[in-house]
Amino acid sequence: MSQLYELPSKPFESIMISIQKEDFDVGKEYKLLKIKAGDAGAIVIFTGLVREIYNLDNQNVEPVKSLYLEHYPGMTEKSLQAIIGKANDKWTLLGTRIIHRIGELKPSDQIVFLGTSSAHRQNAFDAAQFIMDHLKSEAPFWKKQSSKLNSEWVESRVSDTDAMDSWRAR
Amino acid sequence: MAIIKIHYFASVRERLNKAEEQLMLPEGVSSIEDLIEHLQFINPSFKSVMDSSKKILVAVNQTVIVDLDYKLSQDDEVAFFPPMTGG
Repeated sequence: MSQLYELPSKPFESIMISIQKEDFDVGKEYKLLKIKAGDAGAIVIFTGLVREIYNLDNQNVEPVKSLYLEHYPGMTEKSLQAIIGKANDKWTLLGTRIIHRIGELKPSDQIVFLGTSSAHRQNAFDAAQFIMDHLKSEAPFWKKQSSKLNSEWVESRVSDTDAMDSWRAR
Repeated sequence: MAIIKIHYFASVRERLNKAEEQLMLPEGVSSIEDLIEHLQFINPSFKSVMDSSKKILVAVNQTVIVDLDYKLSQDDEVAFFPPMTGG
């Protein structure tokens, strides 16, 4: 299930994307990025986790028992490449690592890993923020959450599209 | 006559009870807009998906499109799905 795509890229820029059912080891991924990123001055890593109370706005406060993640094979990888490409045009990145899990997950499970490395910290921070904001509304993943009572597809959030628009305005 | 492949994902897939299908485009169906109209005509479930207030996105060959005038060709891969919720 796990596939590692290493894509042709600019010299010294390493892009690694995995869509997988399996969990990941943050330490191992950090080391991989550190090796691949060459002469980086900064590595920023982000980990997304499954929350038990997904949506506080919702009246239904029944805790989430499980989360199912579906994706569009092919388009997912393509859209993540495009997002990283856009980030790399803005901030020169030396390496980027994305892991997104699919299938059945439980509260507190790791769901997404992002690592960006650059010569300087600001670029690595900004690029990481940009990539996550775009991943949320451009990469074809869908979440379905189940509680004791029911199962429902998670609706996209206005705050996620607002985050995208704020990048357009910059 | 062009044959295309259609994928459905997430809530759209569940409501249609179908993940994918092949379709031979009938005479007069050449754009995405025509295709949507045609699918609504032949499939009441598809019509109810499109009629609901929920936003549905369309991708052609794995890229989301906004121009419904897009002209379909042989082997195009079309997909219908709700807004993404990854991350």
